[in-house]
Amino acid sequence: MYVAVKGGEKAIDNAHAWLAEERRGDPQVPELSLAQIREQMALAVNRVMSEGSLYDPDLAALAIKQSRGDLIEAIFLIRAYRTTLPRFGATRPIETGEMRCERRVSATFKDLPGGQILGPTFDYTHRLLDFKLAAEGEAPQPAEEAEGSAGPVPHVTEFLNRDGLIESEARDEAVPPDLTRAPLELPANRALRLQSLTRGDEGFLLGLAYSTQRGYARNHAFVGELRIGAVAIEMDIPELGFAVEIGEITVTECETVNQFKGSKTEPPQFTRGYGLVFGQTERKAISMALVDRALRWRELGEENQGAPAQDEEFVLSHADNIQATGFLEHIKLPHYVDFQSELELIRKIRAEAEAYQAAQSKTPEAAE
Amino acid sequence: MSADTLQGGFADAPREAARAFRACLDVMARPGTIAEVSGAVPPAPLSIGAGVILLTLCDPDTPVYLAGRMDSPEIRQWISFHAGAPITETRAEASFAFGTWEALLPLAEFPIGSAEYPDRSTTLVVALDRLEPDMGARISGPGIRDVARLPLPDTEAFQDNHLLYPQGLDFFFTAGARIAALPRSTKVEGV
Amino acid sequence: MTKKRQTWMGLLARAPSERVIALWDGIGKAPEFSWARMPETGGVMVRGRMGGTGDAFNMGEVTVTRCALRLETCGTTGHAYVQGRSRRHAEIAALADALLQTDEAATIETGLLDPLQREEEARRARRAAKAAATKVDFFTMVRGEDA
Repeated sequence: MYVAVKGGEKAIDNAHAWLAEERRGDPQVPELSLAQIREQMALAVNRVMSEGSLYDPDLAALAIKQSRGDLIEAIFLIRAYRTTLPRFGATRPIETGEMRCERRVSATFKDLPGGQILGPTFDYTHRLLDFKLAAEGEAPQPAEEAEGSAGPVPHVTEFLNRDGLIESEARDEAVPPDLTRAPLELPANRALRLQSLTRGDEGFLLGLAYSTQRGYARNHAFVGELRIGAVAIEMDIPELGFAVEIGEITVTECETVNQFKGSKTEPPQFTRGYGLVFGQTERKAISMALVDRALRWRELGEENQGAPAQDEEFVLSHADNIQATGFLEHIKLPHYVDFQSELELIRKIRAEAEAYQAAQSKTPEAAE
Repeated sequence: MSADTLQGGFADAPREAARAFRACLDVMARPGTIAEVSGAVPPAPLSIGAGVILLTLCDPDTPVYLAGRMDSPEIRQWISFHAGAPITETRAEASFAFGTWEALLPLAEFPIGSAEYPDRSTTLVVALDRLEPDMGARISGPGIRDVARLPLPDTEAFQDNHLLYPQGLDFFFTAGARIAALPRSTKVEGV
Repeated sequence: MTKKRQTWMGLLARAPSERVIALWDGIGKAPEFSWARMPETGGVMVRGRMGGTGDAFNMGEVTVTRCALRLETCGTTGHAYVQGRSRRHAEIAALADALLQTDEAATIETGLLDPLQREEEARRARRAAKAAATKVDFFTMVRGEDA
């Protein structure tokens, strides 16, 4: 049973006005500008772009400001805005081999050609709070510079590929499915899974990826390569009859190398998991690669261990935090009539149970 | 690309597209209704009405099939610039198909949707010579009070299509700036 | 011609909007033109490749503003597809695209393309140099054997 309710407009208006005031906080404290959020909260901006599925740092900064720093609320705002944009088309697939890497590390190849580039990483910080940052106004020392070629560096997995020790990626030029245009149908192919994962919730993917490391669908991944940097985006312009670069984006790419003993259909070799995410988002990209690999059990002829990370329907149906929060949060909205019927049901069952007990106690001979 | 095919789109896209969408909706919801539309000046032989439907409903997600003389380099360029819709040579891939009735026949190769997704079907935009109100075949069904009339190029084909419901094809008819429509839900009773 | 046009359209699209606008204003050109397509902002789906080299998949969209125009004097058309939401940036990119096909090309090259090119190279070189300073060679100290 469902009944609509109305009223409360005044209270809602007042709640929104108070929200705006609380958002601003103490007016004695200077207001945040979008440029400040974009430049100084860049990793939050990156998360909102990747899970909002729209690359636009200024819009992501606005969403973070509007949502008071609630990143899922910010992602919600970006997703809603995204649906208002006319779709002009699609880029050619970005060539991450052409990336101008600002970070590029491998856990499996110590002496990789092109070198290990740490980039602006937290990895070797001591995770001690830096109270110097609490004092405002001091610009950091400029980072050291060194001679170095800015040219593209090869993918690490290609070295293994040359020896035939790792599976090679299939390549045809088919138009990939798009879950923002057609409803998700299962079983999904890998293209659809990767799209779902790259816009999926970081926390959810991190938990699933961790579960595979702890033995649920154990597939023992190494980070073959993790790279972060800028790539050009190029699009075919139909009215021109040729392709042009329309901009440049920063992405994080993670390729895992996984041990694989072979199966009935595949020889013993290394297999791959793949993560590719907007912005500098390496925890997400690594998680994505691990979950991608776990979901590939069927095509590699592996055993289904019944682990959550192997369950395509489970993963794809629950990875999207906007779907999840929409369904989760709706239960706090008015459900008065629904609940009234639940209440009546409970009262009725209880009355019946009490009547039964009363009847039982009146006939002691029956109980013996 | 010739400069001419850059012309003839909506000058004020948000307003004109909204008005045109309303007209498309009206004629589809009330079969037999004829609407007059404006705003598109496509290369011949595409009519103003067909051009308006194309600008309003077609986009990069809707492959367009051009039948017969509708398939010219000018029309292809005009569509790709103004609507961004891909042109397909395969009827089975078409979301929309434009042409005269004769050029669009046979209809069998156009997708009629599936039981789960009856919307995955083709909408045919049929060019007629004339489109006059209260003439032609008697039609009835959803959106029609009692009976309406629509000048259809055939009877049996539309009756067969109606039997496929909820699957089936949907039709727009255009003549100059006039448009009308016949959804699959409409029953065609003959002349 | 196509190759050169791809190069300048890419450069104009990748450049920061503020710089495109500032340099254009510095040239002080305001040619008469009519719109073939008014500036409009939309989304373009970015695709990646599985494993970096394999089949394509959809990653997410990027905001893009596009427009097309025609110079009144000679009828030359200019097109722009520019990342972001700046209509002014797209308009200037389309005007520059048109003028670069005319005998006014030299002015646009020296006033707009050359500085944008230099600035892009400097920006890239600076980040490449910082990246190079974080390059590391790990020395093998002990090779752990299964014991």
